[in-house]
Amino acid sequence: MAEKYLTRSFDPAGPRSFKTYADTGGYSGARKALAEMTPAMVMGEVKAAHLRGRGGAGFPAGLKWGFIPQASPAPKYLCVNADEGEPGTFKDRYILAHDPHLLLEGVVIVSYAVGIHKAYVYVRGEYEELARRLEEAISEAVSQGALGENIFGSGFSLNVLVHRGAGAYICGEETALLESLEGYRGQPRLKPPFPASVGLFGNSTVINNVETLANLPGIILHGADWFLGLGKPKDGGTRLYSVSGSVVKPGVYELPTGTSLREIIFTHAGGLAPGRTLKAVIPGGLSSAILLPGEIDVAMDCDSLAAAGSMIGSAGIIVIDDGVSMKTVLDRVTKFYAHESCGQCTPCRVGTSWIRRIVRRMNGGGRRADDLDRIARLAEAMKGRTFCPFGDAAALPVLALIGKFRTELEG
Amino acid sequence: MTTGFSEGLRARIDNIFARYPNRRSALLPVLHLVQRERGFIGPDDEILVAGLCGLRPVEVREVLTFYTMFRREPAGRRLLQVCTNLSCAIRGGGRILDHLRRTLGLEPGQTTPDGRFTLVEVECLGACDKGPCLMVGEKLHEGLTLEAVDKLLRESG
Ligand SMILES: Cc1cc2nc3c(=O)[nH]c(=O)nc-3n(C[C@H](O)[C@H](O)[C@H](O)COP(=O)(O)O)c2cc1C
Ligand code: SF4
Ligand code: FES
Repeated sequence: MAEKYLTRSFDPAGPRSFKTYADTGGYSGARKALAEMTPAMVMGEVKAAHLRGRGGAGFPAGLKWGFIPQASPAPKYLCVNADEGEPGTFKDRYILAHDPHLLLEGVVIVSYAVGIHKAYVYVRGEYEELARRLEEAISEAVSQGALGENIFGSGFSLNVLVHRGAGAYICGEETALLESLEGYRGQPRLKPPFPASVGLFGNSTVINNVETLANLPGIILHGADWFLGLGKPKDGGTRLYSVSGSVVKPGVYELPTGTSLREIIFTHAGGLAPGRTLKAVIPGGLSSAILLPGEIDVAMDCDSLAAAGSMIGSAGIIVIDDGVSMKTVLDRVTKFYAHESCGQCTPCRVGTSWIRRIVRRMNGGGRRADDLDRIARLAEAMKGRTFCPFGDAAALPVLALIGKFRTELEG
Repeated sequence: MTTGFSEGLRARIDNIFARYPNRRSALLPVLHLVQRERGFIGPDDEILVAGLCGLRPVEVREVLTFYTMFRREPAGRRLLQVCTNLSCAIRGGGRILDHLRRTLGLEPGQTTPDGRFTLVEVECLGACDKGPCLMVGEKLHEGLTLEAVDKLLRESG
């Protein structure tokens, strides 16, 4: 059985307390980093581990931290992305609900490596209860010397605060998140400059996903080689795969990076209900291109999914059986993007709402012969021409659906 | 017409201000607090919040209208938020919404005349493994059946 590091001690009863976490080896990664390693050593270890971001883009974490100018005396910030809005994704919820200290320990490690003394955790608005529990975990950690002033007697200090969003998918995009944290509408900023140079309140900022940071304690404690041994040579570790839709056992499965999609669905998530057959799979959250049953012998890692014409994204796997109409899928996908476009740039604002209008008319019985071609043209016009990657996220799944299920959608 | 926020609310707002380098950053948490106390954020509240955060009222409105969780009108005593995104839809989210529509005689966005329930359709709530899901107030209910929904309605409000 493969090693489960992140979920090894998830407590189904609720969040683990500081005491249970610490009694089972928790915070020893942070202690080791603070007592025995320089910040440069910590960064080097994470670089060597090839830890790729779990939030969607798959960017190597160590490399990203390396862009932060070290010499500057200005404050630096950490923003933890706990916005988890990608439909089909619920892994960060599991970490927050079961093991908030695993995240907090990761927060200490990255902050020490980069020289950060203030971190904000941006939690999506709907996770109100989880945000409150996280605040409790932070108070606990402060009272035990694991956060706050002079952590574990090392002289290093870190203040962690929770900031709740208020219902807007786009705030998961890193620069929209910054705008939202600063008290503005969550509209993405133009890049460059990247947040590493001009981020929160104009200062250098690291932004990482919850699951990305939850991997740090293990990397520091057991080393980069151990981490690479769990996954692939350029994509280390395990991943939390969220599996939902038409499977017998939906849930979060921690398995090596690169596990086959077929194995996740049929061996771990229990396959489909008796009498049902597989029709399609969305492998990386709603924004990823849909795969046919013949395409699921693919390794779930960044590069393999890209080669298969889709993306691993947030590793939110949505399984679709023969009882689900592709018209429903097209309807849901286009409704979501039309609703969530921030409206800042024309190709996306007009493209998503126009596509939506056509789909509604089609569903209402007013179908015209060239509807799918019109939708495809609009999606093509968005692709690569928008202010932020949301435009691609809205276009690619629609193009894949039309490409692979045209006959059914026309019927 | 209101004259101001209660002392308790003011104290909680001041606590929030202490967490940020400027008052504008506190806008979302402050709006959450106001909505929790008042049930919604009305025009008077916008003016009060603007005064506290050093903003113009229009700047407050500009922000609050961007975020779907902020309400500018009172809602029913129980806010029913049904997820109809894909994973929930596959597991019957559409049936839950239709059932609520029929039982309560509401379209999404409307409130029952007795002020008990407001029905809202929402995007993925991050609990797709337990779908179909419904949030009643702050509480998430998972794996719903029509019977479970009826029971929830009887027990709420
Ligand atoms: C439209 C959009 C939505 C996103 N939503 C999320 C999200 O909910 N959570 C997340 O961690 N990253 C999200 N991202 C990715 C972030 O922009 C960013 O890449 C990520 O937080 C970086 O962290 P990582 O490198 O640890 O993955 C989103 C990106 C886009 C374009
Ligand atoms: S692509 Fe869409 S979401 Fe991104 S900035 Fe433009 S309008 Fe906003
Ligand atoms: S689709 Fe309903 S919670 Fe995710």
